[in-house]
Amino acid sequence: MQLTKDEEKSLSGEFGETMASAYRILLSIGAATDAEKLVPIKWAHISGVNYNTIGDAGVEFLEEFSQNTKTAVKTTINPMGFDRGKVAATNVSQSFIEQQMKIVKSFESIGASPSFTCIPYEIFDIPPKGTVVSFAESNAAIYSNSVLGLFTNKESSLSALASSITGKAPYSGLRIEEIRHPKVTIKSNIKLQTELDYGLLGYFAGNQIKDDCVALDGISENADMIKTKSLSAAMGTSGTCGMFARKEYGLRQDVVSFDQGEMNKIRDELNTSESGDIIVLGSPQLGISELKFLTDQIRYKKFSKRCLIFCARKTYWQAEQIGLTGKIERAGSEFMCDSCACLTPLVSKADVDSVITNSVKGAYYLGHSNRVGVALKDLKTIIKEYSN
Amino acid sequence: MVTKQAINFLAMVDVTKGVIKDKNHELFEKSINGLILVLPNAIGSSVGAYTIYSLRLNGTSPIAVVCTNNADITLSSGCAISNIPLVDKLDEMIASNLRSGLTISVDSDQEKVSIQTV
Repeated sequence: MQLTKDEEKSLSGEFGETMASAYRILLSIGAATDAEKLVPIKWAHISGVNYNTIGDAGVEFLEEFSQNTKTAVKTTINPMGFDRGKVAATNVSQSFIEQQMKIVKSFESIGASPSFTCIPYEIFDIPPKGTVVSFAESNAAIYSNSVLGLFTNKESSLSALASSITGKAPYSGLRIEEIRHPKVTIKSNIKLQTELDYGLLGYFAGNQIKDDCVALDGISENADMIKTKSLSAAMGTSGTCGMFARKEYGLRQDVVSFDQGEMNKIRDELNTSESGDIIVLGSPQLGISELKFLTDQIRYKKFSKRCLIFCARKTYWQAEQIGLTGKIERAGSEFMCDSCACLTPLVSKADVDSVITNSVKGAYYLGHSNRVGVALKDLKTIIKEYSN
Repeated sequence: MVTKQAINFLAMVDVTKGVIKDKNHELFEKSINGLILVLPNAIGSSVGAYTIYSLRLNGTSPIAVVCTNNADITLSSGCAISNIPLVDKLDEMIASNLRSGLTISVDSDQEKVSIQTV
């Protein structure tokens, strides 16, 4: 990879060991993705903030890394492990809280925005199409490439961190226009209706496609954010593909079919329980449109099971202003801000055997990492079956 | 240790033991600790990079990683900060001859993998 003189100096340690290590990360991913050079980015979104995901090794790494360094561009961060406003009411251990707060402190000290969200695209102003960014958190990278027209690779926690303090990222993969045209189309032979259907298609696509970008035939022209978000999150869970496009007409493409059989197979793999002890919503975190939908559906009813809703604090405040939170809380659900359903320490085998969720991504990580059973149902069905 | 299935490091690896804990993966209950791990690439969570670093600090990491496909960003950044040598885009002739248990040498500077003959 061609480096400028300044980049060479940074790599050799002239601007400190942290900067050198950030450049080593960029060089390694540049080599992996065959980049010729580094390009400036406008925004970095960093994952690996929840102590449950990065552990003590991550805590130590970030403490060391954050000394004497600052972000070079706008930087937002993923959810942490619990709601900062409800520490006393949760069952999170003291040592978890201490380690988590060290992580928060490291990010604060480099000047990252304490956003604690995995849906930065619903929380912050979106830059113009074509803007180069560096987004870890796979759902955010895929959604931003596919729906918002931002240019990012599916970054890792470490590469987005390196981009945040250098302001640069390799010019490779989905940052190059030609790569953003898919070679393979997945044709859905099923009429996709709910957000769960979109999630199952996404999981299939991630599993099948080794390219950076895939075309999807059969997704509705006016699929709303709830559906495209579910699709993005599931696709990020099962593979490396970082972007979906609507079917591109006129191009010769290989076609892979998505039939009822494939859909059932994925559902059977992830749906490990008929029902659950609690309802868990928010992997990715719920945004305003989902909270509005939920409010409409749950009107005049009460959940028959405990229902946890994960969202960003800013979303909660917005929802509060337009009168949604009261209605949702009266229906018997609890909000957890700053955190997300995926690998939350709030759901563990010690407390529950199984959970009910509408998220394919949530089902995967709650099953694999939290080790609980999962009943996978779309949101309308969840409300129909578990409220009265 | 050779696998044809990609690995989601965050969800599938027990970092205290360096063992694959996903019962649906073909390496279920197999150790990658102290071995050369040969896999297509990593998939899924961006946080997998920290999982690799955790393995390293716990002394349970592979000693080198070989990707038969292009290495992905999660795996390459994780190996970079963990000082774990990584070679990717493996020649198909070599890839098709790799089996768990063989002795191989990995040279990440030359980007070469060779099978040792006894």
